[in-house]
Amino acid sequence: MFAVETEALGRIYKVKKTRKEAAHTLVALDNVNLSVNQGELFGLLGPNGAGKTTLIKVLTTLLAPSSGFAHVNGLDVARQPEEIRRQINMVSGGETSGYGLLTVRENLWMFTQFYGIPSRQANARIMELLKIVGLEDRANTKSSNLSTGLRQKMNIVRGFMTDPTVLFLDEPTLGLDVGAARDVRRFVRQWVDDDPTRTLLLTTHYMVEAEEMCDRVAIINQGKILACDTPQNLKQSLRSEGVYSLQVSALDEKDFEELKGIAGFRQGTLRQVESGAELELVLSDDSVLAGLLGFLTAKGSRITTLHKREASLEDVFISLVGKSMKDVENGAAD
Amino acid sequence: MSSAETTPNSEAKPGKLLTFRTSAWLGWMIESNWTDPFIFAIYSIIRPISTAAILIVMYLVIRGGDFGSADFVNLYIGNAFFILVGAAIQGVSFGILDDREHYRTLKYIYIAPVRVPVYLFGRSVASILVACFSVLITLGFGIIFLKMPIALAEVKWGLFAAAFVLGMAVMICLGLMLGSWTLIIKNNAWSLGESLGAGLLIFSGAVFPLSVLPVPLQWVGSALPISYWLTLIRRALVPGIGRAYPMYTNLSDQQLILILLGFTLVYAALAALIYKRFDFIARERGNIDMVSNY
Repeated sequence: MFAVETEALGRIYKVKKTRKEAAHTLVALDNVNLSVNQGELFGLLGPNGAGKTTLIKVLTTLLAPSSGFAHVNGLDVARQPEEIRRQINMVSGGETSGYGLLTVRENLWMFTQFYGIPSRQANARIMELLKIVGLEDRANTKSSNLSTGLRQKMNIVRGFMTDPTVLFLDEPTLGLDVGAARDVRRFVRQWVDDDPTRTLLLTTHYMVEAEEMCDRVAIINQGKILACDTPQNLKQSLRSEGVYSLQVSALDEKDFEELKGIAGFRQGTLRQVESGAELELVLSDDSVLAGLLGFLTAKGSRITTLHKREASLEDVFISLVGKSMKDVENGAAD
Repeated sequence: MSSAETTPNSEAKPGKLLTFRTSAWLGWMIESNWTDPFIFAIYSIIRPISTAAILIVMYLVIRGGDFGSADFVNLYIGNAFFILVGAAIQGVSFGILDDREHYRTLKYIYIAPVRVPVYLFGRSVASILVACFSVLITLGFGIIFLKMPIALAEVKWGLFAAAFVLGMAVMICLGLMLGSWTLIIKNNAWSLGESLGAGLLIFSGAVFPLSVLPVPLQWVGSALPISYWLTLIRRALVPGIGRAYPMYTNLSDQQLILILLGFTLVYAALAALIYKRFDFIARERGNIDMVSNY
């Protein structure tokens, strides 16, 4: 049995007519097929608006699927939401939820009671976890007096303190400083490693997070799963090809579109910078470079730096989507 | 950082009583924590007295006084106990809005293994208790300063207790219906409770008997359990004066209790059905963690 399994899962939002736009539908999830093994730390990597949060909402029973099936620990999210809720928890990043008038300890204690954890055990667990996230000295501070980052830590404790068998983390490090985010990543990884019955599904749009932490990663865009494998295998898929970073004196969008016609060009992105333009290119092999150099020379562009490097998950995303995640985010509303 | 050694809790499930107790505690913290206890106590006394004072002035202007008359006593008692209607209905339904829009915690409550109606009921207890205190203050003010003829020895306590419990139960059911509706609406959700409260004030016979309304509106009033509840409360607190109030004079106390019991059972079943249906719609539409910013 998989900890999480979806089969042809779809979710469509009906957007009502407004003064500015006509009524229409928005496909948030499109035929999603996923299987997450028990004991796995599974990552959903994609830009804002890709459908990551929608998938988490469906799996945590907050949102009904429009089509297909989703199971958590073998239980159907549409038909057995109450049974699922006993076994899961969720943390959403970048938000300031919580009862501001309660202290950190009171906020957390209250939620342990909703999970039926005896008070004594709950209090011990709360202090233990607060210590781990470095919040023990704020236990008696009203949560309204915490910064966004500290509130986020409190919410992370809320997710872990019920010790669910399946935990969903939606952008858990959003809003955290670099050090705190690193600590959270380390803790999350350790939590899964400590007990093989624990499963964790996290969404992120940080490549490094997916690459560092996850056993397997699914790349999602526009509601579709484009690839799913270990970070290593995903990167290996580009091994036969070459990944190059170039800085050139000048190159505009029109010329870049023309560059895409060079034989052996696979995918690439162009970014204008102060000193000229930066290119991230996936080419079929090194021999394509000759043609590329000729093209740039003909366009009067001079190469400042040329660097062949190991493929990253960003390159995998570019090879699948044809755009960088940043470009997709800039052009897509969440 | 290292992972905490915690006891696996894969089949967490709190009892309904624990959910109720915890949410009642939360409700009390929210209800009382906006100021220090002294100011909260003063506010809790001044608010009902101010409401009563408005009524007194209105009566003085319209009828020229005579606070011992049966009309005023019935009006005063109806008005005092109507405080509980708003507190119970809004107390239950407001939890949905407050958690969803203000604290942004509704989704976390929702994915916890709790019965949301039990949680909402617990959340309302504090506001109901504060309202009970307001009712006592209002009645006490009437007895001491307006010489209202409420004699503790003459109160029909059994009838009062039965009517009170059934009335509160039916209002909590109404609150759950309203809360269920709140789950799926974005705009104007904040004003729903107040609008309903105002409507109920007109059609429940709280400030005037239903007989002064046009016949179709009298039917509306007779379909509301609060009309029967307030009649029973009057008859229990001031038996002679309450019996003279021109509402349901052809019905005995026992018949009124049975009608209220029937309403309670019907409303409980309706509330459960409506909650189930609107919960389904909310999940279909994705309303549970919606923030409307209204």
